[in-house]
Amino acid sequence: MYSYSDFDEAFVRNRVAQFTDQISRRLDGSLTEDEFRPLRLMNGLYLQLHAYMLRVAIPYGTLSPRQMHALADIAQTYDKGYGHFTTRQNIQFNWPKLPEVPAILSALADVEMHAIQTSGNTVRNVTADHFAGAAADEIEDPRPYAELLRQWSSDHPEFQFLPRKFKIAVTGSPNDRAVTRAHDIGLRMQRNAAGEVGFEVIAGGGLGRTPMLGFVIRPFLPVEDLLAYVEAVLSVYNTLGRRDNKYKARIKITVHETGREEITRMVEARFAEIKPQFGGADQALLADIRAAFAPPKFRTAPTIGYEAARSKDPIFRAWADTNLAPHRHPDYAIVTVSIKAHGQTPGDATAAQMHRLADLAAAYGHSDLRISHEQNVILPHVHKSDLAALHAGLSEAGLATANVGLISDIIACPGMDYCALATARSIPVAQDIALRFDALKLEHDIGPLKIKISGCINACGHHHIGHIGILGLDRAGVESYQITLGGDGSQDAVIGEKTGPGFAYDQIVPAIERIVLAYLGLRLAQDETFLQTYQRLGIAPFKAALYPPEAVDDAA
Amino acid sequence: MSLLVTDQGFGPVPALPFVGLDQIASHRGALDLAQTDAPEAALPYLADLACIRIAFPSVADGRGFTLARRLRALGFAGTLRAQGAIIADQYAMARRSGFDEVEIPQAMADRQPQEQWLARANWQAHDYQSRLRA
Ligand code: HEM
Ligand code: SF4
Repeated sequence: MYSYSDFDEAFVRNRVAQFTDQISRRLDGSLTEDEFRPLRLMNGLYLQLHAYMLRVAIPYGTLSPRQMHALADIAQTYDKGYGHFTTRQNIQFNWPKLPEVPAILSALADVEMHAIQTSGNTVRNVTADHFAGAAADEIEDPRPYAELLRQWSSDHPEFQFLPRKFKIAVTGSPNDRAVTRAHDIGLRMQRNAAGEVGFEVIAGGGLGRTPMLGFVIRPFLPVEDLLAYVEAVLSVYNTLGRRDNKYKARIKITVHETGREEITRMVEARFAEIKPQFGGADQALLADIRAAFAPPKFRTAPTIGYEAARSKDPIFRAWADTNLAPHRHPDYAIVTVSIKAHGQTPGDATAAQMHRLADLAAAYGHSDLRISHEQNVILPHVHKSDLAALHAGLSEAGLATANVGLISDIIACPGMDYCALATARSIPVAQDIALRFDALKLEHDIGPLKIKISGCINACGHHHIGHIGILGLDRAGVESYQITLGGDGSQDAVIGEKTGPGFAYDQIVPAIERIVLAYLGLRLAQDETFLQTYQRLGIAPFKAALYPPEAVDDAA
Repeated sequence: MSLLVTDQGFGPVPALPFVGLDQIASHRGALDLAQTDAPEAALPYLADLACIRIAFPSVADGRGFTLARRLRALGFAGTLRAQGAIIADQYAMARRSGFDEVEIPQAMADRQPQEQWLARANWQAHDYQSRLRA
């Protein structure tokens, strides 16, 4: 795992000192509120509904046990004993007090972490495939590139005052687990005809109030041109991006208004201007970073214990069936720990749970932890013979929920419970759906199904790319939930289609139930997933189930 | 009244005969650029210009940083000056993007005195770009 160089260490410490000073300069009037706000945001500090919120970066989702312990300690000391994992591989603390923020940032710096550029109109925390370095289908570990981008974007002098925020995601696998097409820049690793590795560069994606999927701006970018090319995209965006209307300021709108061909031409011209500025030091650094991400020493040991535990213990078997993914080493598995226990807040982990995860990763997981954009925690390298002991350790801490990829593995934004921008609640809707289907005992029969919920059109919960998306709106002071179907965040990304009129708070769970029961009746076989059935039949039969005839009359 | 900020602190603003892009053909060594101007228009004159001044209309508008970087990439070797709504916290960004100096209104200097700017005169330290671009 990458560990800070002296340079990184000094940079982060210096940044803590700077921000501490900025807080006092705000208090003594040197900085106006308008001047302080972007500085506060580029250091991860938001003002929320009830209090400040501190968003801490987990670059490319990777954590060591020591870092996880530190996050648990911060949750315990400065928050109410829990933290919230987000869809962008960050962790949010919802209750820090302003005077304590410098102490939190120092505690983070002690374990090589920071909150830099987790917010504000700048290049945000770079996200990557949470199975990186372990996935069976991977061409190359994408994290060295994400780390290179982290360093390049940190305090980049040109790009701290962009028109709007800018999000970059990287995947090293053809199966896109990083939702690259919904990012301002998405990087998908490819091999060209000559067998060389490079990136397909996607630009102009984004969800929010105008959801758009990115387009391929460069089909094959040699890896050594990564920084110069990404900088060219940012340089063009910083020049062209709209500053008169913040709802039209993301690069997706710039692409839409400028045209794909014209913006591609401009980026290529800018790339030619910038490329000579990179003299090779970045490639030398990349080589060092790659070495730091060398895979752990995998263990050769019998896996009979795993088979035995499977046949003996049905609870273990159910968990193994849903929460494990294939590892590139045949004796290993990738474990997804669900942070979505039925009825709990999706993504919230207590300090005790974080400590437990850190200990289990040290004991059974080669000291590697990941945070997924689906708000779960991954142990990417677990030897199969350790799975039963791991499962037992997780169970004791309430972390053995067997629901990964199923209907209760819901992404939900904070919504009305925390967020100042919310138009509706989203956490309670997620909790009620999870509890309802748990009570029906249908979850495993339904199979893979992604529900995503946002509490307003900003779409933090990614509802547009949920197989079932739920958007909470405010209709004349009453919560109204709009449903979209058929969205998909994978390599075949699709924006979901609206079903029709929205549903009241007490009607949304029954509405979801009608959709799901309709699916169970329509599928050709048990292994035809919800998304496949939807793609085969379209929206009509689901609409029919959703809006009984009399309701349709009312709506017309 | 304005002040000029350099790595040495505050100083007087040297009076230069600035013209806008529309009068560049008759320039006398100093050009004023708006944050929205394209540097390509100044390309034939870069070698003769002693100073280019770029406007920063608001603290949140970072276009001037890219404009400065581009002028340097296009070969401009004279003095680059940032002018307008710039705070001490942006001084290092301005210097790293290629500016030599920053022109600020007196009111800003009153609110953010010299030592707040001098605190950023070490802009060459902790700079990822200079490491990566070597
Ligand atoms: C509670 C405080 C939060 C506030 C005030 C907030 C605000 C916003 C706003 C205004 C946008 C839209 C930006 C735009 O379209 O330009 C946005 C987008 C987004 N937020 Fe949040 N957010 C919050 C929390 C979260 C959390 C907890 C998550 C993760 C669970 C999250 C994930 C995202 C993502 C992934 C997007 C991107 C959607 C896109 O591509 O446009 N946010 N947020
Ligand atoms: S989607 Fe809206 S309600 Fe939910 S966190 Fe984002 S801004 Fe807040």
